[in-house]
Amino acid sequence: MLIGLAHYLTVAAILFTLGVFGIFLNRKNVIIMLMSIELMLLAVSINFVAFSVFLNNLIGQAFAMFVLTVAAAEAAIGLAILVVYFRNRGTIRVEDINMMKG
Amino acid sequence: MPASPESRNTGLSRRGKVPWSWLPGLPLRGIPEYLPLGSATMIVQAILFYIFAVVAVASGVLVVSARNPVHSVLFLILAFFNAAGMFILIGAEFLAMILVIVYVGAVAVLFLFVVMMLDIDFVQLRSGFVRYLPIGAVVGLILLAELVFVVSILGHAIAQQGVSGTVASATGGLPLTNTRALGDILYTRYLFGFQVAGLILLVAMIGAIVLTLRHRADVRRQSISAQLGRRRTETVEVVKVPLGAGSD
Repeated sequence: MLIGLAHYLTVAAILFTLGVFGIFLNRKNVIIMLMSIELMLLAVSINFVAFSVFLNNLIGQAFAMFVLTVAAAEAAIGLAILVVYFRNRGTIRVEDINMMKG
Repeated sequence: MPASPESRNTGLSRRGKVPWSWLPGLPLRGIPEYLPLGSATMIVQAILFYIFAVVAVASGVLVVSARNPVHSVLFLILAFFNAAGMFILIGAEFLAMILVIVYVGAVAVLFLFVVMMLDIDFVQLRSGFVRYLPIGAVVGLILLAELVFVVSILGHAIAQQGVSGTVASATGGLPLTNTRALGDILYTRYLFGFQVAGLILLVAMIGAIVLTLRHRADVRRQSISAQLGRRRTETVEVVKVPLGAGSD
């Protein structure tokens, strides 16, 4: 019944895989793709924290904080781009995003 | 499986009393010190871990597969809450609180705002769902198999290096609370990274504001600089009106 490092790593691996799976699954919906990225970043932070605790080293938790910072910034910028794009084009379908194709 | 005596001893020796704790004698890890780190607490920890893990994974599945994006956001919030529970279980209380405050309080609400603000036909967006299911499942299963393979190998390697299987310490082995220990290194050794993180947030804030700001031509708004910049010469004109002619 001992909960060890492998348990946490397994949960993080499953969550990361779900994030990748979600990006493949929702190829047309940018919002759910962004949410999948958040899920992957959460999995990475779980990995960082688990390693930090089980290897008795605080650096992992400091890095997990930085990961959270970058994730928050990424979500804000991504959603802002999404709002501007929707305002200009009236859609957020991924296959319609080809204005820079030339 | 009860803890071995060695891991119990190391576990107990690391759990010192916190001298400046808000409650005198409050144990560091949430387990009273007079309790041996025995099977009962272990079982409770294991049960809590499995509850958190199962709910987190299930809500992760629902995030990527829910029909309504609002439901996706709500399940994302649930996943974050359960991850925070796992962090508390492992001893990283500060990150758990940060996760709840930053993610649930800010990022998830931002998602919810955007999902509700944009008037999108989500049924149409889901039209390729079944088509991408096989390749997504294949890629996901391969990735999961690789990750589990790595985790199992890594678990053996770490076990051979003498790291105990129990929760070692969330404070780097120091007799501090997690928050204080994290602050100790974050404001000293990682000060540069901390400042860069602040800069990233500032850039993100300015970027989001600049991106979404727009000047609409049809909206009349007060322009204070134009008002203050008015001169008498350009607003008032003295006209000499000839007698009986009027002016226009």
